[in-house]
Amino acid sequence: MATLDIIARSATTTTPPSIRDMDAVAKLIDVSKCIGCKACQVACSEWNDIRDEVGHNHGVYEAPMDLTADSWTLMRFTEHEKDDGDLEWLIRKDGCMHCAEPGCLKACPSPGAIVQHANGIVDFHQEHCIGCGYCITGCPFDIPRISQKDHKAYKCTLCSDRVAVGLEPACVKTCPTGAIVFGTKEEMKVHADERIVDLKSRGYENAGLYDPDGVGGTHVMYVLHHADKPSLYDGLPDAPVISPMVSLWKGITKPLSLLAMGAAVLAGFFHYVRIGPQRVEEEDERKEAEAHSPGATSTSALSEPAVHTVDPSVQTFDPKQPDGRG
Amino acid sequence: MDMNRRQFFKVAGIGLGGSSLAALGMAPTPAFAEQVRHFKLTHTKETRNTCPYCSVGCGLIMYSMGDEGKNVAQNIIHIEGDADHPVNRGTLCPKGAGLLDFIHSPNRLKYPEVRKPGSNEWTRISWDDAMDRIARLVKDDRDANFIAENEKGETVNRLLTIGFLAASASSNETGYITHKVVRNLGLLGFDNQARV
Repeated sequence: MATLDIIARSATTTTPPSIRDMDAVAKLIDVSKCIGCKACQVACSEWNDIRDEVGHNHGVYEAPMDLTADSWTLMRFTEHEKDDGDLEWLIRKDGCMHCAEPGCLKACPSPGAIVQHANGIVDFHQEHCIGCGYCITGCPFDIPRISQKDHKAYKCTLCSDRVAVGLEPACVKTCPTGAIVFGTKEEMKVHADERIVDLKSRGYENAGLYDPDGVGGTHVMYVLHHADKPSLYDGLPDAPVISPMVSLWKGITKPLSLLAMGAAVLAGFFHYVRIGPQRVEEEDERKEAEAHSPGATSTSALSEPAVHTVDPSVQTFDPKQPDGRG
Repeated sequence: MDMNRRQFFKVAGIGLGGSSLAALGMAPTPAFAEQVRHFKLTHTKETRNTCPYCSVGCGLIMYSMGDEGKNVAQNIIHIEGDADHPVNRGTLCPKGAGLLDFIHSPNRLKYPEVRKPGSNEWTRISWDDAMDRIARLVKDDRDANFIAENEKGETVNRLLTIGFLAASASSNETGYITHKVVRNLGLLGFDNQARV
């Protein structure tokens, strides 16, 4: 069975084996060619054996209304009014962007729950997922979702099982208008450049490629006709960055608190070795008793009685005695 | 092994502490054995077919489990576009992409059914019975309602009491024959998603 080399693994500092030189892959979504048919959504559910529950019609084209643990991709429809007053559909296929610097992976505390493959695919391994939801906090695009069935995080895998054996992702294969294409990242950039030239010749001055630097570039890229305003496309981040809380937590707080924990353990150990446990001696108790009741005699009722008496509730049995009493 | 009470407690305590730390995730990281999900079509049987929905007639590949051995019940587990088909070159629309659920739907029609006049229930009949019944009813209706001439005495040879709806995923030849059969009966109400 084919495997993909792993180049980064959540909550792991060991260097993974990474000598193989592998081409980065990319999925390019040409928003200007998308007709919003949702074949990609269906193909995604079919290939990945996930069936979201049948929802309700909310009077808009989105179905379901948001990504779920069972819907890894979703067409987001925006009615955009152009400067001349005409309506323009902006239909964006939402889903994991497979960032080169994945915020989910950085935020994940569970070793091996999120991995990044050498070809750029960021994949979740649910068997290691603890369901904490930090990946959602870490994601600048708000993509991962926790399943209510098994309380683990799910998202688009870029069909890593297909790509590993040399196939394109299911959504790419099915797309009837060719709005989704797949190849090496370099090829996809070339393809995007051709599309942008075409769009500019059709009056879309600001057409461009969405491959944001804030996350190190992505392995799912968009050709946008309004690349100057990505937020027009149902809130696509203009300049996505990983939340500073992630680097604060993982970058400074984590080593500092680990240091504090280690210091506490070390201090406890040295205290035990140098000073030892605190023991209450009979002498101390007597002194204490005297200090609290100055008039009392030296052998007060507070201290142990001089003669050991057997508790009447304790029955002793001695088989050598004729009556059995010890 | 000689061990006094104090030593025993020490050993037990270290063991408990160590295993607790391991359980808390401080154990050494395992080897990099993670794999991607196994490719589910590796040894499936591939069958070509045409999408049943619209007149575009996209090519499909149906993947079924098992190798057609005597003891295997074939079950279609995946369907995707046929990349070698000139019509769709591997692509499928949302309806075609969801054909797997169409095939396995409990509501899928798999055999002829009849709902007799006055009844509200569909009952299963054999193909032979269905063909006989259709032929009988068409013949009776045509004998009763066939219009050979209009009021002006012109020959029209029309039959207006029957409509005919044909399937979409038909070849040119099927379409030709369908057209001939239907027009020979004198039917005018005739449509087909393939618009033959």
